[in-house]
Order: sequence, then structure tokens, then C-alpha cells
Amino acid sequence: MIVDLARFVENGRPSWEELARVLTALSKNPEREMSPEEIARFHFLYQKASSDLSRLHAQSGDRGMKSYLETLVARAYGEIHGSRPSRRVRLRDAAAWFFLAFPRAFRRRFAAFALCFLAVALGALFGAGALVADPQAKEVLLPFSHLLGNPSERVAQEESGESDAGKNAASFSSYLMTHNIRVSIFALALGMTFGVGTVMLMFYNGVILGAVAADYVMAGEGLFVTGWLLPHGSVEIPAFIIAAQAGLVLAGALLSRNRGIPLAHRLREALPDLTALILGVGMLLAWAGVVEAFFSQYHEPVIPYAAKIALGFLNLFILVWFLSRAGWKKEAP
Amino acid sequence: MSRPRPYERTIRTPEGVSFTIPLAGPVRRGMAWSLDLLMVMALSGAVSAGVHSLAPLSRDLAQALAILAYFVLSVGYGVLLEWFFRGQTLGKRVFSLRVLDVRGLPLSFPQVMIRNLLRFVDSLPLFYMLGGLASVISPRAQRLGDIVAGTVVALEKDFAPPDLAQIQPEKYNSLSAWPHLVARLRHRATQEQADLALDAVLAREDLLPGARILLFAELARGFSGLVPFPPEATEGMSDEKYVRNVVQGLFAGGGRH
Repeated sequence: MIVDLARFVENGRPSWEELARVLTALSKNPEREMSPEEIARFHFLYQKASSDLSRLHAQSGDRGMKSYLETLVARAYGEIHGSRPSRRVRLRDAAAWFFLAFPRAFRRRFAAFALCFLAVALGALFGAGALVADPQAKEVLLPFSHLLGNPSERVAQEESGESDAGKNAASFSSYLMTHNIRVSIFALALGMTFGVGTVMLMFYNGVILGAVAADYVMAGEGLFVTGWLLPHGSVEIPAFIIAAQAGLVLAGALLSRNRGIPLAHRLREALPDLTALILGVGMLLAWAGVVEAFFSQYHEPVIPYAAKIALGFLNLFILVWFLSRAGWKKEAP
Repeated sequence: MSRPRPYERTIRTPEGVSFTIPLAGPVRRGMAWSLDLLMVMALSGAVSAGVHSLAPLSRDLAQALAILAYFVLSVGYGVLLEWFFRGQTLGKRVFSLRVLDVRGLPLSFPQVMIRNLLRFVDSLPLFYMLGGLASVISPRAQRLGDIVAGTVVALEKDFAPPDLAQIQPEKYNSLSAWPHLVARLRHRATQEQADLALDAVLAREDLLPGARILLFAELARGFSGLVPFPPEATEGMSDEKYVRNVVQGLFAGGGRH
């Protein structure tokens, strides 16, 4: 059957043009609230266009006409069947996300965090053990020029006030924040390697951390290195591990064969947690960057090591409490 | 049901209607991305010049602001624009592209966030090689970030209805003097024949003269074999005019004698 295209267009055009006007208005102002009458009319116009498209599919007709109706139906379908979340950024929503969604996502995906923590811990043990067993391996384990020197000489230089610490604290803080957030995003993205890249990145960072700590402890500078790393490391290292946790959540969605759920559905389920975790990591690393630039880089006699270590433990305590308790009462069973 | 062509997404609505969303290929997306990259560089340059005017007050603070501004622009540009402009950045707007949920629905914030963050993997090892390769292989032209976020990049089409003036029944049509033959033609012509003839009439301006003559001759031969009209109905009529009259008969309810 071939449709009488001229009559078809003549009959349909008024309602198609009305639907196009509604869609254009919604596109220009997505926040606009429609009255019940407008919604009912919108639904009617959508169903009319759908019906016309269906008729055109079943019968012969112009491809341009089909394309026009498909565009109308596709846009109306998106508006009617999709949610229209507000684009406004409200402080209350941002606070609810950080204080509720982030810690809940962390707890929900704790197994992935534990696995990443284990990778860092094993890396740290390996790095420390390798340096103790073979001090000449330092150049291989720590491929950074500023870490290759003698720890005691570094401590003496830092404590004499000859270092540049504090001269460019703001820009150093910005650099640390942005660099660390980039590395965290990379740890998340490496989840695409089915988690192998994420775990390797965590292990490698653990190796560096363990080797640095062992190097300073062996040189008798354990107090210095604790005061140096703990204030910001107590937040920064968990933040990296949480970013890797997000990477493993992604890998889990890619690999899971659970209940025969399709891949697209598994990924869709994981997206809110991935977003909550990586945004939370961004906030933590912003704080860690401030602490590192404005606090960690100052040593005795400017700031007593006891005060630095106390701040580190305080940071760690608050972080553990926050991640384990925030949003607990309102959490759905 | 026929298999969807590459770079198309066919969606069946709960109302039982199917529609096809045309998807953007890697080249068009690459061009949009290049424009966005230029935008980020231009904005970063402008912000950097602005904050460096603070250098006399504090060089350290000016440098800190420049670093933060570049980071926010490079990472946040795609996230913020795609969120606030419903799947469009400036580059996508210029090249008529829009990011959509793979089910044809509007984007959620997590989708926008994750597809943009995974650019870090898509851009490996350099110049978006991994993402480009993925979008060439993917039947929906998705890079890795799109696959994870469940998004596609669609070609935007406007709401302009097609121009059907070529088949309007007001024009003189000598075949309409034989309505029973026109009715028989409507009965015997296949949908494919009718569609092809309609496309040829509507796209005549796009055809080269030689190709146009050959195409309409072939179509006229096909239709005249289905239902022969009396010689006086087609006397002195070109193949193109004959096909045009047939199309009017098929699609526009005949025409005026």
C-alpha cells in the first residue's frame, strides 16, 4: 500500500508543527514546568506523531518525510521517557552528595577498596624489603632525582631553612592538587584494563612509598619522614586508593557475569558510584594539596614534628570516621 | 527486520514505534573535538593573561590561579558544557552533534562525568588513537568512554519538513484522465519502486544531467511495463515528466487533468 503523501502531510502538518514548537521551547528552557494540560497535550502530540510515523513505516513514503517524523518522535521520546534533572547547582545538593553519596558508595564497594589497599601494602613491603636487602637498588626503585640523595643531608638542609619550602606555597599547592587529581582519574580510567592497570599502579606507588620510608628509617630519620609524609599522606594515600577502588568497580562491571545481567546494564548501575567516588577523591586531594604545601613542607624548628604527626593522625581519624559513619543512619538497608 | 546500517541506532519505543537516530562517525567527531581543543586553549590563554595581571600583588598566587584555571578548563570544559547544554559542547554544536543516552534518552550527570573522565584512556597513547580505533570498530561509533557511560554521539537534525512541492497535485497531470489505470498502477507498483521514483523526483536537482536522463528512462520503462497507458496520455512526454506524473498518481492521489 502506498500512502497518499499529499493528504498525509496536509492532515499531519499542524500537529507536527505544534509538537516541534513544544520541543523547541523545552530545548530553550529545560527548567520550564509544564501545566497538566500542557503535559496531556504534549503526550497527545507525541502519540499522534508516533502513529503517523508508524503508518509511514508500514506504507511507502518519502524518506525525507520519514526522517522528519523520526526526528520529532525521537526528541519527544527523550523528553517524555527520560528524566529531566535540574541543571541548577545548589549548595544543599552538593553537600548531600559529599556527606552522603560519597561515603555510602565507599562502603558499598569496600571489597574493591580492600583489594587496592592490599596492592599498596604489598608494594610498600616489597619496596622496603628490596631497599633493605639491596641498598644499591635505590636508583631503580626511586627514579626521582630529589629522592636519590642522602636522607640525613636532606633533613639537615630542610631543618636549616635553606630549602624553598613556603616561597611558592600557593602555586605548589595548586600543582599538587591538579597533578594528584589527574593521577587519580588515570587510576579510575585504568579500570578499562579489567583492573590490571589499576592494581599495577597501586602496587608501583606502594613500592615507591615503602622504599622512601625504608631509606629514611635506615638513615635514622624516621621521625622526620613521619612528620613529612603523614600530615598530607593520611588523606592523599587513601584518596589514591579510593580512586583505584573506583577503577576496580569499573573493572568489576566489565567482568561480572552475575545473574546474566547485560554489560550495558551493569555499567549503568556502576556509574553513580563511580561518579561519587571520583568526585569525593577530588575533594580529598584538594585538602591534601593544601596541607602538603602549607604544612608538610615546614619542618622543625618552624613546626614541631609532634604537631605535624598529630595533625596527620587527626586527619586520618576524621577520614576514617567520615567514610565509615557519614550517612550511616539514613542509609537504606 | 533489516539489520541497522553502521552508525545508526534504532530504538523501539514502549508505544511500539521504531525510529532511527543517525550517529556521528569518527571524522566529524574528531573535527568537533579539535574545535573544542582550540576553545580550551584560547580560554586558558585568556584566563592566564588575566590572572597574571595579579603578579605585581603576588606572583605565587597568580601562578596558582593559572594552574587551577587550566586544570578546571581542560577537565571541566566537556563535563560542564555537556551537562548544562544537554549533551553539546561548542564544537558539537557547530558540527550539529549531541551526546545522548544509548537508549535515546537525555543524559544523566554520571554519564557526562564518566564519558569525559575516560578521555584519559581514549587519548592513549597519543592523539586519541585508542578512542578513535574503538569508535571505528564499534557499530555505534562509540569510544571507550561512551561504551562505559552508555552514550552515543548523534547527528542533530532540524525540524524542517521536506519540500514536497515536486509532487503536489495542483500541477497538470495527463495520466489522471485515466483514474482506473492510475489505481491499477498503485496496486501493482512495489514499495521499493515507488520509493525509488519518489527519491528520484525529489532529488532531481542533485543529479548530473546524463545520470538523470538514464535514471528516469529506466524508471519510466519499469512503470510502463506494469500498466501501459494509452499513447495519447504520454505523447510527447519526456521520461522524467512521465515518472513525475506517475509519482503524483502514486503519492498525491492523482492530479489535475
